[in-house]
Amino acid sequence: MAERRSPAAAFAARFEAASAGGGPRLAEIPFLTQIDLRVDPKSPAAERIGTAIGVPLPLEPGTAVRGGDLTVLWLGPDEWLLLGPDGAAPGLVERLTEAAAGEPVSVVDVSAQRTTLVVAGERARDVLAHGCALDLHPRVFGPGRCAQTTLARAGVVLVAGEDGFRMLVRSSFAAYVAEWLLDASLEYVTPPAGEAAPA
Amino acid sequence: MSGQPYRREGATGRVLRFRFDGQEYEGLEGDTLASALLANGVRAVASSIRLGRPRGVYAAGCEEPNALVQIEEPFPEPMLQATTVELYDGLVATGLPGQGRLADRPDPARYDAVHAHCDVLVVGAGPAGIAAAGVAARAGARVILADERPEPGGSLLGTAETLDGRPGREWAAGEVAALAALPEARVLGRTTVLGHYDDNYVIAVERRTNHLGAAAPAEMARERVWRIRAKRVVLATGGHERFVAFAGNDLPGVMLAGAARTYANRHRVLPGRRAVVFTTNDSAYAAALDLADAGVEIAAIADVRQAPGEAWAARCAERGIEVLTGHVVTAARGEGEVSSVETAPRSKTQGAGGETREIPADLLLVSGGWSPVVHLFSQSGGTLRYDEGLGAFTPGEARQAVEAAGFARGVTTLRGCLEDGAEAGRRALSAAGLAVPSEIAVPAVGEEPPAAPAEHLWLVESGDYGTHFVDLQRDVTVGEVLRAVGAGLSSVEHVKRYTTAGTAHDQGKTSGLLTSGVVAHALGVEVAELGTTTFRAPYTPVSFAALAGRDRGPLHDPVRVTAMHEWHVARGALFENVGQWKRPWYYPRPGEDPGEDMEAAVLRECRAAREDVAAMDASTLGKIDVVGPDAAVFLDRLYTNMMSTLRAGSIRYGVMCRADGMVFDDGTVIRLADDRFLVTTTTGNAAAVLDWMEEWLQTEWPDLRVHCTSVTEQWATVALVGPRSREVLARLAPGLAVDNDSFPFMTWRDTEVAGIEARVCRISFSGELAYEINVSSWSGLALWEAVMASGEVTPYGTETMHVLRAEKGFPIVGQDTDGTVTPQDLGMEWIVSKKKADFVGKRSFARADTSRPDRKHLVGLLPEDPGVLLPEGAHLVATSSLPEPPVPTLGFVTSSYRSAALGRTFALALVSGGRERAGERLYAPVGADLVPVTVTSHVLYDPEGARRDG
Repeated sequence: MAERRSPAAAFAARFEAASAGGGPRLAEIPFLTQIDLRVDPKSPAAERIGTAIGVPLPLEPGTAVRGGDLTVLWLGPDEWLLLGPDGAAPGLVERLTEAAAGEPVSVVDVSAQRTTLVVAGERARDVLAHGCALDLHPRVFGPGRCAQTTLARAGVVLVAGEDGFRMLVRSSFAAYVAEWLLDASLEYVTPPAGEAAPA
Repeated sequence: MSGQPYRREGATGRVLRFRFDGQEYEGLEGDTLASALLANGVRAVASSIRLGRPRGVYAAGCEEPNALVQIEEPFPEPMLQATTVELYDGLVATGLPGQGRLADRPDPARYDAVHAHCDVLVVGAGPAGIAAAGVAARAGARVILADERPEPGGSLLGTAETLDGRPGREWAAGEVAALAALPEARVLGRTTVLGHYDDNYVIAVERRTNHLGAAAPAEMARERVWRIRAKRVVLATGGHERFVAFAGNDLPGVMLAGAARTYANRHRVLPGRRAVVFTTNDSAYAAALDLADAGVEIAAIADVRQAPGEAWAARCAERGIEVLTGHVVTAARGEGEVSSVETAPRSKTQGAGGETREIPADLLLVSGGWSPVVHLFSQSGGTLRYDEGLGAFTPGEARQAVEAAGFARGVTTLRGCLEDGAEAGRRALSAAGLAVPSEIAVPAVGEEPPAAPAEHLWLVESGDYGTHFVDLQRDVTVGEVLRAVGAGLSSVEHVKRYTTAGTAHDQGKTSGLLTSGVVAHALGVEVAELGTTTFRAPYTPVSFAALAGRDRGPLHDPVRVTAMHEWHVARGALFENVGQWKRPWYYPRPGEDPGEDMEAAVLRECRAAREDVAAMDASTLGKIDVVGPDAAVFLDRLYTNMMSTLRAGSIRYGVMCRADGMVFDDGTVIRLADDRFLVTTTTGNAAAVLDWMEEWLQTEWPDLRVHCTSVTEQWATVALVGPRSREVLARLAPGLAVDNDSFPFMTWRDTEVAGIEARVCRISFSGELAYEINVSSWSGLALWEAVMASGEVTPYGTETMHVLRAEKGFPIVGQDTDGTVTPQDLGMEWIVSKKKADFVGKRSFARADTSRPDRKHLVGLLPEDPGVLLPEGAHLVATSSLPEPPVPTLGFVTSSYRSAALGRTFALALVSGGRERAGERLYAPVGADLVPVTVTSHVLYDPEGARRDG
């Protein structure tokens, strides 16, 4: 198989350098499986799909559930995004299609449509707060929450985890978002000498 | 302190050196530029904008109307108030006559913005604010406490009051430090809240390194915009002191009494040696006594009231300070600064008897009363009401979850402010659903004498109002306000616009109410009836750099790139912006000058595509998966042509129109299965087409069982074009039968290309034999490199693509169309179905207007001189000389190129009745010339379509 290259591959070294200082941790998780699923949540197909993937589709807006190596994100009243490990797409598409059993369900492999960036560590929230208008406080957006929102001027899907956030970014925007994150992290990566304590 | 003659003994702090108006000075750490200038005896800081009168420091904060300065070093900044510029080593500044100069070079500093959320935002870290924030934060609420000054304390910084036995400044610092240590509390010093919008959305600017001058760390944002969304807002914004209009009230040496008190207490600077105090209320007595304690001789207190507060009068008597009751200051006099003050009984100014006195003094302290800072409350939609006791407007009804506390609400005592703040904190807690503590300790404070009522005096009556200033920065006098009223203006908003009073950088903080007062006086009405002018954001001036933040340079707008972008860059491609995408424009070769030789490069790329084999990165085209049992019906309704008859495995070109029948987008439709299509859109319209589809599905046809999913970036696409493209594809895809019968035009095949899973479509946007190879975008670069590896394939960019398609008369939506063009206008009658019952736009084709014979049609143009390239946008006229304007235009050029295949220039144009004009000569006015052109068919190359099968 010919070599694959992930959308933020060129940033690996800079992400690593920025993450070395104990401030924010930035990284790309390349090649994750992502399947966009559209189905009527009240249909038998939705229930069968839940059974097939081992976890019911979350119905509460802005929530994510885990089942095995899958994470299911609520994107809309009839739309979910299934995240899985690299290489899981063909099998997953098959399982979903089978479970749909002829009902009007849309299953689309969008694994390469977005890449996954990790913003974690001590200052993850601070970095994101520079460009994301959502309240990311753990009381509001703790593990298990997800949202379609914007970071700076790019649309992203943001997923809260135990240690920071995963951010799904359109491939063509990956370089912009990566540059933006590195720039936003500047102040947290190099502790400024002689910073005056807030009054 | 010999270098600082007005500095009090006992001042401590590091010595800082600075330059002002070319003169070297020393100041102390903790100084503002204003306090440092006063310490050095600098009285005239600036000159006034219209009259050129000398002006000195008038206030001690952001209400300063006079002392505007320009920072020269370390980086030029115009129009700052000397009272808010913190002194640092190496500061170079000059006084300004009202207007500053923008920097002549890019600002090297970093600026950023941050979003924040909280249960309660407290604005102002004075006694009320600290109390409110403390109660809320200690009970676990998410609290932001923002204060504009370098240190907390608010009014306590200027007074000598004690709380729990500690000096106010120390108490405030301790409380706020404890607050900042709480996990859910955030203290923002040097942060001015500028705007208060709906839903308690609040904008503030934090000045983070401005005070460090050249020592500011480069990676730290100099200023930060805070975008705060607060469940509840407590405005503990305190008050601003007003002055009174009298003759010469703008002379350096005239100063607000509270400001003088701040300079003496906070900065240990004497603003003068011998002072007269002019007041309408008790507050100036505290200032006078503090200044007397500091060593200023108080020559007299002129109190407009007959009965000042008894306790204050007694204290003055103890110190031998003369109190002139029922007196006003009629004039401040001096050459360039105050040298004497004229007082008189108020009765005399009103035409009765009385003696005037001329009192030598270098300082005149004025207090015309205090106005609560209601700016943010008013911005938030709250109403204001006039408080007779204060002689000022205070918050009335709130429109949002916001309340004022402390003096901002009209509470005048320290104890009252502390208690009021604590109550506001409790209310914030209960609003946030948190437990409210039953007992809240308020710090012990000294007993304050009971206040005597103030008397509200706006102006000292006189026969000549030429130097009775109301707005010092705008040089507006009582005389001008009276002229406005005399001209018939009775609204303070109109007077503001007529006189410009209140429109300067300070937005009338000291002058707004005074102007209203003078208008009320002239009209013989109450100030309460007139109200105030509108309070608008920003509360204080904000730099454009802060507002721009990091949205500059490469981060100004996203740059979208394809999976092959790195290759294009390495190969030296020049790029064209298509929406947010960077697309390779053309690839200059060694020996071709990238800037100069675009023409040579494009002719070369065109020849390769027409005569050999060439490839383009076509990944940016929008792609949408349309899935569901009703997908075919849905596409039939959106496209003008029939899509439901397309067989799985085949491809059809389609055009979409808006309801008005005008072309909206075009692209190909690939049928993947009975219930599954892949639709492509133009690069720039990808999002718009998806929105369009969703709009119809969600609002008009919710019964259709169809889902649309964007897959634009799931796929990377290489267009392989030219007579030899089949040969190259055959080598790359040995498993694919590429002959014309096995793989005909407008079909697609799944196969492996260069070992990569691929979907190959036989589509042509050039008229040549061509393929579009689609792979996962992860493998886009690998595919591109494999295509390029043989060295036979010429990469080409968007310019060549444009030439090739124009030679074939293929329109580009948005270039050859502009929202007024039907498919029929484009010569594409064939794509509008006559069979379908309905589709979006169909009804419009029955309108008389869409079949007018003089509609503009897409035609080809051949300049008579085959070397002349028409500019795109050039108009076309029928006559060889221009008539008198208005010149009737027949249309305009939409595309214009040099063609390698035609060996000449050509153009596409939209021309009125164009198809009937084939062979006609028209003229394109270009500069002074009229260039003759011949109208021809828009299909100029291979009109019979012989080349598409190779």
